[in-house]
Amino acid sequence: MHNDAVHITPYRTHLWVLVTLLALTFVTITVTWIDLSALTVLIAMVIASVKGYIVLTYFMHLKYESSLFRVFVFMVLAIYVLVILFTFSDYLFR
Amino acid sequence: MEHRDDIGAKLGMWVFIFTEILLFGGLFLVYAIMRNNYSKEFHEAAHHLNAFIGTINTVVLLLSSATVAMSITAVQKGNNKLAVILLFATLVCAAVFMVNKYFEWGHKIHIGLYPGSDLMMTLSHGQVMFFSLYYFMTGLHMFHLVVGGIILTIVMIKVNSGAINTGKYVLLENGGLYWHLVDLIWIFLFPLLYLIT
Repeated sequence: MHNDAVHITPYRTHLWVLVTLLALTFVTITVTWIDLSALTVLIAMVIASVKGYIVLTYFMHLKYESSLFRVFVFMVLAIYVLVILFTFSDYLFR
Repeated sequence: MEHRDDIGAKLGMWVFIFTEILLFGGLFLVYAIMRNNYSKEFHEAAHHLNAFIGTINTVVLLLSSATVAMSITAVQKGNNKLAVILLFATLVCAAVFMVNKYFEWGHKIHIGLYPGSDLMMTLSHGQVMFFSLYYFMTGLHMFHLVVGGIILTIVMIKVNSGAINTGKYVLLENGGLYWHLVDLIWIFLFPLLYLIT
């Protein structure tokens, strides 16, 4: 059994994704030049997450896979976020 | 007719990627805790990293991810020749990344900044922690890059011979997924190690 409906991503889409990712990289570098102390870390991590989301969605093709894939990825990331929260709540409030 | 399950193959690849995410996730967690505990030392140590080389490597990796993604489009459209060129471009990017890393690490080792060096022994615990994490995380990432390069070389040979074609290209897709994972990890490594000082 093969491909009920193959989705072919146009070259153009990949190029736009690349341009967006490069632009976001540039924004991150600019933001870290302007020292905003604690806020810098937050902004850099938010931008990195946006870039990660774009890579997962377009380059890793999650947008066009069955929703099963997206549910799995979401659950793994949710578990990881929980681990971070639990670890930090331990470190900060012990 | 040949019996195969492309969805299953991709799902298996994703399960493997999940284990990789949790592997690096553990290291990112250690980084976060240590940064929290030794923010001053991390700040001082991070100044030793070369943000310029880091930036070039970021651009190179993003470029290589795009060429892999485009090679899938090329195979889907039956243009194997273009796919081979795009995969070769990806491998060139990987080589550029490795050469940059060679100079970056080479310089640090030259000035005596490496785990267990005499200079390292004189640094504070927090700075030693930073450099240990730097070497371990970028080193493990580089190892993945080498493995990805080997996988994509095999894929490129198969695309060239026609073993991977318009009707059968799940190996290319899975190889691509692995390569994007390498890119994904670097997207977080780069700002955390090189930029946020």
